[in-house]
Parts: sequence; C-alpha cells; structure tokens
Amino acid sequence: MPIDILMPALSPTMEEGTLSKWMKKEGDSVTAGDVIAEIETDKATMEVEAVDEGTIGKIVVPEGSEGVKVNSVIAVLLGEDEDAGALDAASSEKPAAEQPKEADESPAPQAKPVAAAPKAEIASDPDIPSGTEMVSISVREALRDAMAEEMRADPDVFVMGEEVAEYQGAYKVTQGLLDEFGPKRVVDTPITEHGFAGVGVGAAMAGLKPIVEFMTFNFAMQAMDQIINSAAKTHYMSGGQMAAPIVFRGPNGAAARVAAQHSQCYASWYSHIPGLKVVMPYTAADAKGLLKAAIRDPNPVIFLENELLYGHSFDVPKLDDFVLPIGKARIHRSGTDVTIVSFGIGMTYADEAATELAKSGIESEVIDLRTIRPMDIETVVESVKKTGRLVTVEEGFPQSSVGTEIATRVMQQAFDYLDAPVATIAGRDVPMPYAANLEKLALPSTAEVIEAVKAVTYTA
Amino acid sequence: MAPRKTAASTTRKSRAKKPAIGKDIADFDKEQELQAYRDMLLIRRFEEKAGQLYGMGFIGGFCHLYIGQEAVITGVMMALKEGDQIITGYRDHGHMLATGMEPRGVMAELTGRRNGYSRGKGGSMHMFSTEKNFYGGHGIVGAQVPLGTGLAFANRYRENDNLSAVFYGDGAANQGQVYESFNMAELWRLPVIYVVENNRYAMGTSVARASAQTDFSQRGVSFSIPGYQVDGMDVRAVKAAAEAAAEHCRAGNGPIILEMLTYRYRGHSMSDPAKYRSKDEVQKMRSEHDPIEQVKARLLENKWASEDELKSIDKSVREVVADSAEFAQSDPEPDPSELYTDILR
Repeated sequence: MPIDILMPALSPTMEEGTLSKWMKKEGDSVTAGDVIAEIETDKATMEVEAVDEGTIGKIVVPEGSEGVKVNSVIAVLLGEDEDAGALDAASSEKPAAEQPKEADESPAPQAKPVAAAPKAEIASDPDIPSGTEMVSISVREALRDAMAEEMRADPDVFVMGEEVAEYQGAYKVTQGLLDEFGPKRVVDTPITEHGFAGVGVGAAMAGLKPIVEFMTFNFAMQAMDQIINSAAKTHYMSGGQMAAPIVFRGPNGAAARVAAQHSQCYASWYSHIPGLKVVMPYTAADAKGLLKAAIRDPNPVIFLENELLYGHSFDVPKLDDFVLPIGKARIHRSGTDVTIVSFGIGMTYADEAATELAKSGIESEVIDLRTIRPMDIETVVESVKKTGRLVTVEEGFPQSSVGTEIATRVMQQAFDYLDAPVATIAGRDVPMPYAANLEKLALPSTAEVIEAVKAVTYTA
Repeated sequence: MAPRKTAASTTRKSRAKKPAIGKDIADFDKEQELQAYRDMLLIRRFEEKAGQLYGMGFIGGFCHLYIGQEAVITGVMMALKEGDQIITGYRDHGHMLATGMEPRGVMAELTGRRNGYSRGKGGSMHMFSTEKNFYGGHGIVGAQVPLGTGLAFANRYRENDNLSAVFYGDGAANQGQVYESFNMAELWRLPVIYVVENNRYAMGTSVARASAQTDFSQRGVSFSIPGYQVDGMDVRAVKAAAEAAAEHCRAGNGPIILEMLTYRYRGHSMSDPAKYRSKDEVQKMRSEHDPIEQVKARLLENKWASEDELKSIDKSVREVVADSAEFAQSDPEPDPSELYTDILR
C-alpha cells in the first residue's frame, strides 16, 4: 500500500513551515535515509529523510509552498511492485493524514483535579520497655553507634567521605569505624564532592547502601546535581525500577565564627525536593534512632547534623536495636498556651524559651519536627487546635523557610483555630557575618522566641 | 651547579607494555557479521522511525538520535559479558536496544505511554533496565560518569568479575566531574571502561572549538589512565578494542579510556538547524564510512549473504520497528493516578 509522507515538525511547538525544496522528483526511487526534501521555519531548516523504501509516486505539495501544516501529506511513496494506479485507491481510502494527537485527548487530567498524593502511614515511636536503662551519650557518639550497628548488621552498608577513615572524621563522628570495619568499608575520598557523591549514588543504584559524609553540607552544593538529579529523581524517572538507597550526612548550618560560606542551613533547600527524605535531629536518641532508620530506608535521605550539637549529651535508651520512624514529629514538652515548632539546633532556643515562659505561667507545647520531609504537619495542627497559637524557630534564612511552609499549611488546615498570626523566627536575611557581635545578631535567640510567644499570646 | 641525579620515574607504578588497542581489527566470522548487521540495522531503523514519530508529534520534548554511531555500542556489547553494566547520557536509544531491551518498551517510553520502560515518566533521556544491566539514560551532561564509576565501585566492593562501561560524548568530556571520576577510578583501581563517543560536535560546537586537548584518549594521562583511539565506524575495531579493554579491567589494572571516533548523521536533537557543518561532510561520512554499509559490503564480498538475504533481514527488522511504533501509538497514556507513584520506594 502506498505510504504517505507527512510534513514533519522540527520541534513540538512548530505548526507549519515552508517546503523549500524537493530533492527527489516523481518516479525517483528512494531508500531509507535518503534526503528527499528540505523544510524551513523562521528558526531552522531541516532535511526530510525517507524512512521507507520505494518510489516517489506523487508530490502533493510543490516546492516553495509556505504555511504547510505539520502532518499534512506532502508526497506519496509507492512500495515495490506498486504503480501509480495504487495512488487513487489509496487516496479514496485515506483522504487525510491521521491525527496523531488523539491519544492526548482521551484522559483530561486538567478537567478534574488529580487525586492528592496518597498519605503514607508513618509508625509511631516504638515503646521503650519500662526498666530500660538510659545512658547519657553525646550526639557524636550516637551517630557513630548508629553507623557501626548498621554496618555490623548489613555488609552492603559502607561509609565514604573526606577524612572519615584514617583521620577518624573531621569532627570525629566516624571515630573507630576504620579499626572495626577496615578500609574497604570506611573509605577516605579525595576532596571531590561532586565526584564522590556521584560515585556513591552509582554504588547505591547497584544495590549497595552508602553513607556519604560531607565535611559540611556547605560543600554539598558542589554535589547538588548528583543529589537532586541523580539520587532523588531516578526512582520516579525509572517508573520505580531503580532507586538510590543512600544517606548523605554531615554538619549543617552555622557553627561558630566560620562566616558566610560555611554557615548555611539547607533544611529548606532539600525539603523542596520530591524523592528525598530530610531528617534533622536534635537529641542524641533521635540522632541514633533516625540515622539507623535512614540507613535502612530504600530512598535517598539527607541527614542534617550540627557541629555545635555533636558534643551535647542526652539520654539514649540502651536497646539492641533502637530505630525511630522517619516522618514523625516528637512532642518535646507538653503545654496548652502556645505551640513552638522547631528542629535541630533551633530546639535549644525553643526549649530554653519554654522553660523561661513557664516561670511566668505560659505553658508552651514544644514540638521537635525531627523530619523536615515528609513533614508531620498533623502533629503540629493537632497541637495548634489545642493552643491556638504557633511560633516556629529555625536558624536558616527567612524567605521560603521551613517555618513559612509550616505557617502556610497551618493557615490552610487550622485557620479557624488560630487566635493570632503565626510567628516565624529564622536567621536574618543576610550572609552570615564573621564578627562575633554581628554573628550573634544574625542568629535567632531565646529572647526572641520569648518575645514572639508573648506577642502571639497577647501577654507582652 | 652540578646536575643532580633524580629518581628515575615519578610514576606510581610500572605498566605492562601497551597493547595495540585501537589498531587491531577483530576477525568476524559469518555469524558475527550477520549479528552486527542485524543489531546495527535495528538501531538505525528504530531511530529513523523515532525521528518520524517525532515529526508527527507523537514524541515530545528532546529526542537525540544515534544514527551513524551504531557501531560503537554494538561492538562494545559484542565484547562484554553477562553482568557487565552499561550507562550513558541522553543519546541512549541505541544503547538500550543493544543491551536487549524491548523495542516496544523503548518506543512506548518515547511516546510517553504506560508500557514504556519508565511507565511514561522518563522519556527519551531517562530509561533504565535493571534486568538488562542498563543503568540509564541520564539527562545531565557528564552525570553518568561518576555514576558509572560508582557501579564499578560496587563491583569491586562485591569482589565480582563485572565491569561497567561508561559512555559519554566529546561534549561531556569537558565536564569537571569526569576528571573527579578518573582520579577515584585510578586511585581505587576500579574496573571501568570509559568510552568517549567523539562524534565531533557537542550540540553545535565542534571539538576544535571546545577542547584544548582534542585527543580524548589522552585525557586520562595525568591520572595514569591508559587511553586509545579507535575507529568507531568499524564495528570490528570497536569489538577488538573493547575486548582488550575488558581484559585490562578484569585483570585488576583499573580504568581504561577508549575514544571512539564516530559521527552523528542527524542533528544534536530534532530541532537542530545543522548550520555548523557542511552537507558534504555529512555525505562523505555516510558514503565512505557508514558502519552498516561496511558490514553489508563484507557480507556480500565474502558471499556470506546475498542481496535477497540482506533484504529479508532488513524486512524483519522493519517489522520489529513497525510493531514497536504501532504499540507506542496505541498504548494508553499513564493513568492519572501514576502522577503520585514511584516518588519514594
């Protein structure tokens, strides 16, 4: 049967073009790959190649024609053993080019709103059996213990990064791991964040479970493409075939006197990305339980630590396998007058403020978000329904912050329960200064939290 | 000042004498010639059809065709073994077909349909098959190089005998992450073949206009990674070089670079005005170096196949491609509920 040669499109937006030149004439035989015509738009010219073999039976659109619609028949190709008589038969059978877009019309997803993302069931914290011994350990030790326990349990888990092995960790978080697990599983890398993040993601795609330590998340900006484009998006783009079970961890946010390039908090950046989980613990128990969960998680997890918290000690239950659920906030302190939501080092301000406020009779409910993505907004909303007031606290920049996200969702989900505008406390909208006094001014403070609570409770 | 004696060499290790990689031409028997012919023709016809479907509006977005470069992936695949991994950039349809992925699934992904390899969510540049050890399909220029190095890291970690073949173009060869990968691959002696598909143009920029060192096989010199130039239009030369490279990797010698001198007949993507090179240049490559015509000529010369037999191979290939195109047009789009699946595992 004769084959219609259609006017091609140079791009998805092209609707018509000029058929500038025919390279073949009626009666010429063509083989696949032969250039048969040239078409032109205002942007470009393109050669039309034959896809099939045959003889040009008829040129429908003469050269020089302008405004030739995409997908209109420009010529008819006769196959082997066909003559021009077949042309008439064909044209009566199939007068117009097929409309190729018909499939696009079938479902009309815009017409009705697409179902919202399904809610994942997130487990609650495990019950700690009564009588369990509590041991006071530092966040640093908790993180190391979490890695060591998971590495003992699963030979596919390994840790890589700058100075993680022989130096014992730039902040000593990986101390002792080289001795126990050897250089095969505790891998010192060159200073090459983009490269080793990609190598880690590739190893994860092959089924290993890497823990990639960044000396600070400030350096992970060098690796951002591999984290976002390669790790976070591959599961979706592969239709669920391939995943990257990897943990990127390291200190995040401001330390002390290290200035703008080493002080940024990335909680809100990573929380923007579907395909990532973002964890930012405060206590040692959460650091341990959540890092263990992150290593076991089949998805890429961003695990944001804080240099200043490494040395803080907290009670951690002495259990063989203490794992906490990612995606579940923790009520750090119960109260009835105001809800204070924070995470990571922001919790130090929230906690101090709550203690101070209690002295003047204001009972704060302090929620440690622990996971930034997926965000446990239900716990926050339930609390706000009780208190009617909300203050968020974080050290990151104020625009598009985690606090503004919480404020938006609470406004949408608990508008009628709010008795005051949400107060969002964040770092100042400036690159972190070096000078001690300016640095202090750039960060939130306990006094600021107290002031905000008084404002939303109208007790100032 | 009197001349001082210096250490004889600062190289980290001595290497065995360089083999003649890149010079050797594999001897193909009849079966190998026919296999190469069929495999390359499938890629050629598939890509022609993809171009046609793009022109008809069935395929959207970006679509980078592999026409002209067929011998590279075909020859490399003939040299690898089960378990070896393949990873490449966005000009990836040929690699997928060569690893044995189904033409229907690939074409249906190009048209964004539910039975595409990525359920319609990836498109031309983002397809994967863990079953066939094809690790993508990556849309960011050069990103596949650290990833493929990571695949090799996993092989060494698991102490298996597999290697990864990492494909990238002359354009990607100028990305910094390529050299970060070279450094780690050599440092850790990872079993990885870096295959540079030098098709002479990074989009519209010729190699000479973009690269200070245009011999990409020598880009590993400062890492002590050996590299060789190979006639990437001759499937036998590709196979011979890949075989030697695989042997090098499996013997624990670390990475190796193969620069495939090849050519793409089509534009960078479908909407390429192609003003940066002459038609004569394209025509000369097509008529004098076409990888498929070379095999065809040898098959006829050796009387291993008649014109009719080759025609019937072409016919059967066309049928496979036509079937994939028909499937890709009739397969429904993904269900709207698929919008929210596969974000997390």
